[in-house]
Amino acid sequence: MSQITLHGRGVVPGVVEGEALVTTQTISGFGGIDSKTGTITEIRHELRGQSFKGKVLVFPGAKGSSGWASHFQTTRLAGNAPLAMIFTILTTKMALGAVVTRVPAVTDLDQDPLKVIKTGDWVRVDGTNGRVDVTPKDLQND
Amino acid sequence: MQLTDDEKAIRDGSEGEARAHAMDLLVRYGIALGAERLVDTNSVCGGVVGSLPGRRDILPEDQRMDMDAVFSLLNLDSDKRLEIPRVKTMSYKLIDAVDMEKADIQRVPLKTQVLAKNVGDFCTRVGINKCNTCAPYQIGNVPVYGEHCAWMESSAVIYINSLLGARSNVEGAHSTAAASLVGKIPYWGYHTPEGRKADYVIDFTYDVQTMLEWGLAGYYIGEKVQEHTPVINGVTHTPHANNLKHFGAAAASAGGVEMFHMPGITPEAQNEAHALGPNKAIERIEFGRAQLEEAYGYFNTATDTDVDFIVIGCPHASLDQVKRVAELLDGKHLSANTDLWIFTPRALKTMATRMGYTESIERAGAHVMSDSCAALSKVYPKGVKVAATDSCKQAHYLPAILGFQTWLGSTEDCVNAALTGKWTGTLA
Repeated sequence: MSQITLHGRGVVPGVVEGEALVTTQTISGFGGIDSKTGTITEIRHELRGQSFKGKVLVFPGAKGSSGWASHFQTTRLAGNAPLAMIFTILTTKMALGAVVTRVPAVTDLDQDPLKVIKTGDWVRVDGTNGRVDVTPKDLQND
Repeated sequence: MQLTDDEKAIRDGSEGEARAHAMDLLVRYGIALGAERLVDTNSVCGGVVGSLPGRRDILPEDQRMDMDAVFSLLNLDSDKRLEIPRVKTMSYKLIDAVDMEKADIQRVPLKTQVLAKNVGDFCTRVGINKCNTCAPYQIGNVPVYGEHCAWMESSAVIYINSLLGARSNVEGAHSTAAASLVGKIPYWGYHTPEGRKADYVIDFTYDVQTMLEWGLAGYYIGEKVQEHTPVINGVTHTPHANNLKHFGAAAASAGGVEMFHMPGITPEAQNEAHALGPNKAIERIEFGRAQLEEAYGYFNTATDTDVDFIVIGCPHASLDQVKRVAELLDGKHLSANTDLWIFTPRALKTMATRMGYTESIERAGAHVMSDSCAALSKVYPKGVKVAATDSCKQAHYLPAILGFQTWLGSTEDCVNAALTGKWTGTLA
């Protein structure tokens, strides 16, 4: 395995890097996360109990109530926002949520990030240029 | 993104700081969507944040009752406190935290009542109409075919997109607040002709008739198509508006459906091919008796048939629905262990009272409530463990938000449960 670069469209500008948290399931704002801890709470969610605080959150996108953006804005105000967002399904909820969470965000990538990126990989997200660089977990100690 | 000279001027401050910030937020949101431009709107429905306790705690203590500060942060995502001017557009507020006339019965703490009044006074000052309903289209807020709107409540957006041919995406608290200040929203998604075309085909092979069946059909379809746009074939009659309201609300809460087509019934599709336009159907899905039963099975995970609390009016009940409940309750009395609350817009409660419906309902020991919602406002009688409702949307939220075992059934099943204290509903 070597470094992988994905190209897409920047949604919210900015550049950060950090550890990935990946899910193939969409995430609910209202009733799906605890904004005060940054934890997924939805009962049937595969990441239930895990926190996205400080992680590069890689997921399909937003689902559920139109309060999505408000709940993710609250994660930022409470200091529990993800570090960046990489998503595949563009909706108004997702776009507005990324804007008010104010973290670099990228979509429309030329490879499926849900397949290419694994939880624990080191990911650099460039929301200004729409670029994602992935260092797989097993390369990080080399 | 292409901005007009007017839009640029507002963003640069020609109309003050608050509108400059609102325009900048809409531009950043438009860029995030990949929109090419903004579009004018004069119809905004949104939530004004801050009626429920908790949300304002993120502000410094001395700013928590300062609605300009609260609105700047929670509705406009501004780090700076902005002086909020009067809104430019026709703007309508969605559900509130409390029915002030029923605050004691709803057990709403005084602190919440103070917060809700603080929000209400702010709305009066800036000109946001306090309709306090999730179903503003039932009380005269009826957009015209083709009208560009910025609405937030998903059950209302799917209704106006599908039934009226108005154009709105499901907006959020921030985008509706910004839109009300500057009269703009990104031209994207359901605002565009191509964004309104279907990409799933649903074939009804069961003759969907009752409100419960329509709700279950919507829920099943929402689960299957998620945020896509279905065209529905095989509807045998012109459904009542109540049924399509429940169908859309269920589809929007199970998935993220924002629009559906029903050839011969909704205005933008003469037939399946027209609804699809250039799109090829991603999938063709049958909705028959087996699918109806499957959807019914998603609900009714409750085990205790002793029902404490019945919720009717999600989305807020129409006058017809209030009338129906009044007829079912007239001259009877609820079981001593059970409460029944029916939620309807304030304007319709006025009409219900004029017609004697409110009296029939309340003499039976039930309550007609406005401005609020059990699940969203988190209001319920003391000691509730088991609830029942005639709404898939409410049944979707009650267990998750309030932790109640929840039964789903017809309005008649629900009223029977209120009268006997026992759940006996079945899928007919």
